[in-house]
Amino acid sequence: MTGWLQVAVLVLALGLVHRPLGDWMARVYTSGEHWRVERLTYRLVGVDADAEQRWPTYLRSILAFSLVGVLLLYSLQRLQALLPLDNGMASVEPSSAWNTAVSFVTNTNWQGYAGESTMGHLVQMAGLAVQNFVSAAVGLAVLVALVRGFVRRGTDRLGNAWVDITRSVVRLLLPLAVLATVVLVLGGVVQNLRSGGDVTTLAGGSQFIPGGPVASQEAIKELGTNGGGFYNANSAHPFEGPTAWVSLFQVFLMLVIPFSLPRTFGRMVGDRKQGLAILGVMGLLAGISLALISSFQAGALPEGQEVRFGGPLSSLFAASTTLTSTGAINTQHDSLTPLGGMVTLFNMMLGEVAPGGVGSGLYGMLVLAVVAVFVAGLMVGRTPEYLGKKLGRREMTLASLYILTTPAIVLIGTAVAIAVPAGQAGMLNSGPHGLSEVLYAFTSAGNNNGSAFAGLSANTPFYNTALGLAMVLGRFVPIVLVVALAGKLAAQGKVPVTSGTLPTHRPLFAGLLTAVVLVVVGLTYFPVLALGPLAEGLS
Amino acid sequence: MTRQLLASVRALLLATVVLGLAYPLLLTGLAQVAVPGRADGSLVSSADGTVVGSSLLGQGFVDSSGDPLPQYFQSRPSAGDWDGAASGGSNLGPSSPELAEAVGSRRAEVASFNGVPESQVPDDAVTTSASGLDPDISPAYAAIQVDRVAAARGVSADEVSALVAQATHGRDLGFIGAPGVDVLDLNLALDRAFG
Repeated sequence: MTGWLQVAVLVLALGLVHRPLGDWMARVYTSGEHWRVERLTYRLVGVDADAEQRWPTYLRSILAFSLVGVLLLYSLQRLQALLPLDNGMASVEPSSAWNTAVSFVTNTNWQGYAGESTMGHLVQMAGLAVQNFVSAAVGLAVLVALVRGFVRRGTDRLGNAWVDITRSVVRLLLPLAVLATVVLVLGGVVQNLRSGGDVTTLAGGSQFIPGGPVASQEAIKELGTNGGGFYNANSAHPFEGPTAWVSLFQVFLMLVIPFSLPRTFGRMVGDRKQGLAILGVMGLLAGISLALISSFQAGALPEGQEVRFGGPLSSLFAASTTLTSTGAINTQHDSLTPLGGMVTLFNMMLGEVAPGGVGSGLYGMLVLAVVAVFVAGLMVGRTPEYLGKKLGRREMTLASLYILTTPAIVLIGTAVAIAVPAGQAGMLNSGPHGLSEVLYAFTSAGNNNGSAFAGLSANTPFYNTALGLAMVLGRFVPIVLVVALAGKLAAQGKVPVTSGTLPTHRPLFAGLLTAVVLVVVGLTYFPVLALGPLAEGLS
Repeated sequence: MTRQLLASVRALLLATVVLGLAYPLLLTGLAQVAVPGRADGSLVSSADGTVVGSSLLGQGFVDSSGDPLPQYFQSRPSAGDWDGAASGGSNLGPSSPELAEAVGSRRAEVASFNGVPESQVPDDAVTTSASGLDPDISPAYAAIQVDRVAAARGVSADEVSALVAQATHGRDLGFIGAPGVDVLDLNLALDRAFG
């Protein structure tokens, strides 16, 4: 009962915040004025903030920014031992550094390494946390470009990627992260520069007490749906998640931007009901998922669970972290019941759209909305249109490639891993649960989630390379397709609404969209789920 | 593309300075001034003033050969041996035979150590936590340890129970999370009260 009260309070808080925050974000991306600090930024970066970009240039800016991000983060890790604040850690070895660099730049935050024994404070702050901010900003920029594609008519301009990224950080992520850090520190999350040291315990043993600027990183880790823990145990570590209310607050942080973005979308397309329909679909899918995981976990052994969180809050966190592309954990997912674990897998397989990652969740959902409109168009034999844009062959080709990309990465990756000895060697559990571990890893990487069935020994050259590849393709192939789609849409005029137009703000469409999401995912992944978690759960 | 790459380099260097250094360092300064105790990890000291750990981190109350000390309340089992440099769980799934075996043998040990039937041993006493550093045990696990601790210290069970009650926290705000007993706080209180 208290479990559902936690959910009710969370939903209430999100309900209260999503309007002002959603409206604010709409203003951030439509305002014609630059703040003074932003002008300074554009001057230092050397870009013309008032020059709008065509879609290929917008895309190139984002890809260049991400590529340089990977190189910089890789270098920081490789040079760690030579830099200050390394806490005596060695430089990270190449395959792990590549995996981690890609992981944080793609907003995945899969962690093959253990934070407290691998990363010094400098790499954590100046490397990993920086990408926590800017990878979320990139997700927002891509989303805004797509929304502009729907809004604009007969233009080849999508906005300016540098402006969208800068404003995302300056007007949204940084102020929210500062506020969240203050709350987290008051809640007991540590924030210091100690390198940690041993104390003599009460019983006369010795215990290492770690340090670190954790709260400032924890804040953006949840807000930006990143999820990479400062410590190996992530938000289950008492220094990251000291109390139950802090853990619930972290759930709020990871959900707040993704659940507010539909409002932003509605504002920007000039019809708030369109946003409400999308929000409804996201909320429905999230609600079903939470109900399922809670019922599957009821009465489960508390292996991999913290006493202060208890069962219901652990289930809520597990659902939220996989429904968004966060991937932080406050309970060990590998120790969930087979069916409970399957729900977390399924959440990611939805393509991280309910509500998904910051920016990426909504652009994924909008592509699925395009597919849903197309399906409806086929049923009645009309050229489909969405928000006044015709969905012709080129648009549908891009949307179809989008929904095929991630499943291809996940299924091919899993198949290769269980076929080669280097892949088989990593499994901790045997049988169907072993398959689930590998499937979870590629699902998590391909969908840029980052949580793990952590029994898999993934810090090996094979998994570091393969999962690194899955993360790159899983992030940037969809981004290329979305920005291209945005370009095609913006170039069109607007089709007038007629009596034959499918209304996309009604429950009928929301139901259709929900069905499309579930059917596309279900048909793609059912066979492999049957071999893994279903086989384990039913045996 | 070259122009975009150069702009990217400058943008990321700027982000590194602002988001990677200024942001965490300013907040560290603020936290250290405002709530130094919490920002440093809620460290706790024994009666003579030496730091013995963190009120947030569980530790082992075992002797040098790993056997539980009867005068102390025992923490949950830890997958990482309460090592603050190696947090994490066992990652064993519920269908794992290894986990079933570990749970069975722990249940027998906890039952005989505390002189209670196995049916009274709560699940948190026989499972490892997510972090390996769980500071808490359930009130039920604390309850079955009271008589054993009282006997080992030669004091009455009521006196021990009173200290357990003081170290017990309910759900946050009455509905968030689950109740628990902070084991290190409790054991420190025992040492202070009974030497």
